[in-house]
Amino acid sequence: MLRELRPALVMTVTLTVLTGLAYPLAMTGLAGVLFPSQAAGSLVVVDGNVVGSSLIGQSFTGERYFHGRLSATTAADPADATKTVPAPYNASNSMGSNLGPTSKALADRLGDDFAALRKENPAARVPVDLVTTSGSGLDPEISPDAALFQVPRIAQARGLPEDQVRRLVEAQVEPPQLGLIGEPRVNVLALNLALDRAGARAAAR
Amino acid sequence: MTISGWAQILIFCAIVVALVPPLGWYMTRVFSGERTPLTPVLRPVEIAFYRLAGVDETREQDWLTYTIGMLLFHVAGFLLLYGLLRLQNLLPFNPQEMAAMPPDLSFNTAASFLTNTNWQNYGGESTVSYLIQMAGLTVHNFVSAAAGIAIAIALIRGFARASARTVGNFWVDLVRCTLYVLLPICVIITLFLVWQGMPQTLGPYVEATTLEGAKQTIAVGPVASQVAIKMLGTNGGGFFNANAAHPFENPTALSNLVQMVAIFALGAALTNVFGRMVGDQRQGWAILAAMGVLFLVGVGVTYWAEAAGTHTLNALGLTGGNMEGKETRFGIALSALFAVITTAASCGAVNAMHDSFTALGGMIPMVNMQLGEIIVGGVGAGLYGMLMFVVIAVFVAGLMVGRTPEYVGKKIEAREVKMAMLAILCLPLMMLGWTAVAVVYPPAVASMGNAGPHGFSEVLYAYSSQTANNGSAFAGLTGNTPFYNLTGGIAMLVGRFFVIIPALAIAGSLAAKKIVPASAGTFPTDGGLFVGLLVGVIVIVGGLTFFPALALGPVVEQAAMSAGDLF
Repeated sequence: MLRELRPALVMTVTLTVLTGLAYPLAMTGLAGVLFPSQAAGSLVVVDGNVVGSSLIGQSFTGERYFHGRLSATTAADPADATKTVPAPYNASNSMGSNLGPTSKALADRLGDDFAALRKENPAARVPVDLVTTSGSGLDPEISPDAALFQVPRIAQARGLPEDQVRRLVEAQVEPPQLGLIGEPRVNVLALNLALDRAGARAAAR
Repeated sequence: MTISGWAQILIFCAIVVALVPPLGWYMTRVFSGERTPLTPVLRPVEIAFYRLAGVDETREQDWLTYTIGMLLFHVAGFLLLYGLLRLQNLLPFNPQEMAAMPPDLSFNTAASFLTNTNWQNYGGESTVSYLIQMAGLTVHNFVSAAAGIAIAIALIRGFARASARTVGNFWVDLVRCTLYVLLPICVIITLFLVWQGMPQTLGPYVEATTLEGAKQTIAVGPVASQVAIKMLGTNGGGFFNANAAHPFENPTALSNLVQMVAIFALGAALTNVFGRMVGDQRQGWAILAAMGVLFLVGVGVTYWAEAAGTHTLNALGLTGGNMEGKETRFGIALSALFAVITTAASCGAVNAMHDSFTALGGMIPMVNMQLGEIIVGGVGAGLYGMLMFVVIAVFVAGLMVGRTPEYVGKKIEAREVKMAMLAILCLPLMMLGWTAVAVVYPPAVASMGNAGPHGFSEVLYAYSSQTANNGSAFAGLTGNTPFYNLTGGIAMLVGRFFVIIPALAIAGSLAAKKIVPASAGTFPTDGGLFVGLLVGVIVIVGGLTFFPALALGPVVEQAAMSAGDLF
């Protein structure tokens, strides 16, 4: 048994150095050279300021921007650190709602949000992804239907023709990868940046 | 359900099956000590490892010595990881100044990564430093996978060898698996994942100012290098709290596909290694076929249940399936598929929140784990778990015809059957026993995140997952309490080592036996009849053991959901 003790101790150290330091550090170096933008977190920079990451959703609540999925992330309560408070799109504490299919809390939330959206756009069907929370609380995307659903509100808030806003959405729809893998979707941050640019062009004219 | 959804599921299956022969060929060469294309580069490193550790690679071990080496290695690894977690506040690579982990949580976490479970009672981005992620957790992602594969190889040698005293050398199997199999594939996967958008940086979290003017702190880190082995080694522990649902941990549908394939690749290929080593590849394909039948049934049920949605959604006229807890880029099909893969294998990564699945959709992952994760299963663990069921299946077949059962030329006798039963019975003892304790202990009941039968399901899922070394969760359960940390840690250790040790004992006793030539009375184990028998034994053993508990959780909840009852 003692004969196996030395390899046990030595292997623990050598394998830690190899797989826990050499490998991740080499990968960090290589990734930084080959794919510097992705390795750093796909950050979006506007006028020299980091406005977010193209992969991480952010909270949009105003009338003038497209809204993303609901987010169940939380943060520590500033008044009492042992408690948490809702903090949508907290990108340093990802989580889902974890509410089950027979949850009364979930049913109540769905009912309220459904009614509010119904009022906002009575003409269209409410898309399921606009009333459900994402798994991470940081989903950067919504379905094309969920973006189109919001077009009348945006057009009115921005004073833009609905057709123009709809064309903006359609230009931002990403098809499934390789035409087959995944779902069609719209990146909310990219869409809202395009919307701001369109507004700036209109103002300049 | 959609045609495109099923097309994606079939593409996944086709890729996995196509990878089985080449990976099986490669791994067979690696573990037989033959030359591989990577030998010129890696052989000097391998020799250096043996020199430093004082290992004679030509000296093989009997099963008991093999087991002792494996156990000592795990004790050393446990102590090192526990120490790192307790002292992380004093160590470098900690830009967010994370505090030391408390003792009970450190015990649970060390047991979890040691046993290839990766159950997490903590949130990665809010609790652990980059050093812990790399030198603590990534290391165990590698070595727990390598140890699992080593043990499966030792068991295969038990079937393949005749009148032999030894089953291999643990140190050689461990080093060869890490160097020749896991590391090279992980380098490729890491670079692919970074290309798809996964971060790989040691820089601090990014401070952004959103379009609406709010501050957003974006957690980053050396993510891709850990995620590669997390999937390939069927570990499943998330770099971030939301695991593979987090856009940084699974940025696109393509990264999702590669991760799903990585979960199954080695486990599926090991069936081929088995076939090659016992000299008949059809024996391996028969085992894979039994796994495939159980897998496709699970995918079908889960996909159907999630696409059908919940009573609440349907009552509001919300179509498109149950999107609560799911990500837009994966949708219903890829979320359901991922859930079945991750629990069929002992991975435990999740790309959607299982707690928010429909009752039936969430029951399939639970059943997958309760069967012992033998549908492809954890790397190594899946094969040795499945071979235990094979032992039981041929024993049952032998009883029916009144003959001593044989499998690939080895007589299966009382010792093997007893050891297999010991392993198979330890699992329900931990899963059901701790669940029973938790649901009558008020502080444990208070941890439930949902009321009604779903709360019971959360607890049953937690102990099923930890005992089976899976690591996925119905995450509404607040697991970071002394009770859950301690009992869960025990469940993980028992679930790992009380299967491994009987498996190695079987390896030793089989290796010593002579090979019996096949005769007219031999039950053929490479055909449809055997596949059917094996599936039947698995379903009957699993069903009889767990149906009463499932009836109290997902079964009654599905009935309540259909009736529109809420809790």
